[in-house]
Amino acid sequence: MNKLILGRYFPGNSLIHHLDPRAKLVAAIAFILIAFLAGNVPGLVLLWLFTFLAMALSGVGFRIYLRGVRPLIWLILFTVLLQILFISGGRTYVEWGPFTVSSFGIETAVFIFSRFVTIIFFTTVVTLTTRPVDLTDGLTFLMRPLRLFHVPVDELSMMVSIALRFIPNLLDETQKIMDAQRARGAVFGEGSLFHQMKVLVPIFLPLFASSLNRGEELANVMDVRGYRAEARRSSFRQLHWRGRDTISMLALLALAAGLAALNLLA
Amino acid sequence: MSEPMIEVRNLSYTYRGRGEKSALSSVTFSVSRGEWLAVIGRNGAGKSTLAGLLVGLLKPQSGSIRINGQMLDETSEWALRRHMGIVFQNPDNQFIGTTVEDDVAFGLENENMPVAQMKVRVAEALKLVGLSGLRQADPSRLSGGQKQRVAIAGILALRPDILILDEAFVMLDPKSRRDLLSTLRRLAEATHLTILSITHDMDEAAASNRILVMQDGKIVNDGTPGQIFSTEKDLGAPFSERLRRILLAKGRRAPDQYMTEEEMVDWLWK
Repeated sequence: MNKLILGRYFPGNSLIHHLDPRAKLVAAIAFILIAFLAGNVPGLVLLWLFTFLAMALSGVGFRIYLRGVRPLIWLILFTVLLQILFISGGRTYVEWGPFTVSSFGIETAVFIFSRFVTIIFFTTVVTLTTRPVDLTDGLTFLMRPLRLFHVPVDELSMMVSIALRFIPNLLDETQKIMDAQRARGAVFGEGSLFHQMKVLVPIFLPLFASSLNRGEELANVMDVRGYRAEARRSSFRQLHWRGRDTISMLALLALAAGLAALNLLA
Repeated sequence: MSEPMIEVRNLSYTYRGRGEKSALSSVTFSVSRGEWLAVIGRNGAGKSTLAGLLVGLLKPQSGSIRINGQMLDETSEWALRRHMGIVFQNPDNQFIGTTVEDDVAFGLENENMPVAQMKVRVAEALKLVGLSGLRQADPSRLSGGQKQRVAIAGILALRPDILILDEAFVMLDPKSRRDLLSTLRRLAEATHLTILSITHDMDEAAASNRILVMQDGKIVNDGTPGQIFSTEKDLGAPFSERLRRILLAKGRRAPDQYMTEEEMVDWLWK
């Protein structure tokens, strides 16, 4: 479980850590679209440079980013392989039954691989440098227009932030229950798949029971502390859009413009 | 003292599906402003039911509760809750915010208070409980005692009249208990806070001005710690009283009435 980098926060003091979560969220979404603008080799180089720049500025080690790609590596390799084997055109190097390895295929594969990996790297930069609660705040802000369509944005955001707040507690509790069951002779991770699923039942039942109790108690506390879903609430955490946030947006715009220009020149 | 802060009259409550036995039957008492009242009694005596009723989480079958002269009912409960708070047993399940200051601000956010004012109130409340240095800490880094302090700060930030502690010290280690108790003493002196603490801990009860003893949903004794501990012999007792009883049992000279820890120390070295 410790290997999963997706959605993890690495505390730090870098420039990227201090950016407004709204800026980072917009950047992540925009980057996904911009990555598809890279249509030739210089564009690809620019895309990589930009990604490495963002990674370097985040102050998080490169190894951690590689760990972030690892869970997706098979999906990426599979896609790349498909491109190499099934796209024909340009110079053909190998032909074997339905499979062809051609210069077109290799080129497309490089593009696909680059887009995939840069997008993962870039979005990892965002999730590694932003506290989950700030991401939630940012997301809540960006979803505000949905209020017009009666989407309960603030209530959803409250739910998400409470869920995030209790993840460590639930992990602790799972560990405790597993230890308690181990002490009573349960063995995890052995035997047939069916058997392995069966030994999880005595973990999940107590976990559900205690989560329900916890939920009820939490609801009481929120009630007594005056929380009413329909009432207007102010927010203690404030988001501040600063000059550096605007600059980061401009940098992204420059990247898009640069890629478009390279496309036109080629 | 002046008019009562809490006035409970003929309060009864029965949990549905638990037979005819009522958790609380015809309880009457009042608490004056600035008083520290401890409610003690065995499990099932109705102590926590009383707490639930006082903050409006449970609705009484009969009887009434007046807070600061105002009747507690469904229309007034939200207004009344702005001036009282309750700390429950489990420190984890009442921490809503993702950081200390976030959690303290939760009640203020619910009042739709402007941010500038909130900042002042949060800083003030954290100073009162001695946690100013941990403003940004997230709950997983706090001890149980610190979490309970945060819960108390969250209530203090509302500038409350009443603080209710529902076995708030049960899950803490002895040291955190003592620290928290001295914080509460300081608060009780510094503010006009009315404290109602429901407890098993006799040292906590001894810190109060007055004790209610409950049994089977009824109040069976009501008096100062001195009166209670010298009359209720089968209850546990705070440290000083246990010492006095041991001295008496061994035939040594001992004070003839209950003494607080300080008084006991003074008496001993005379």
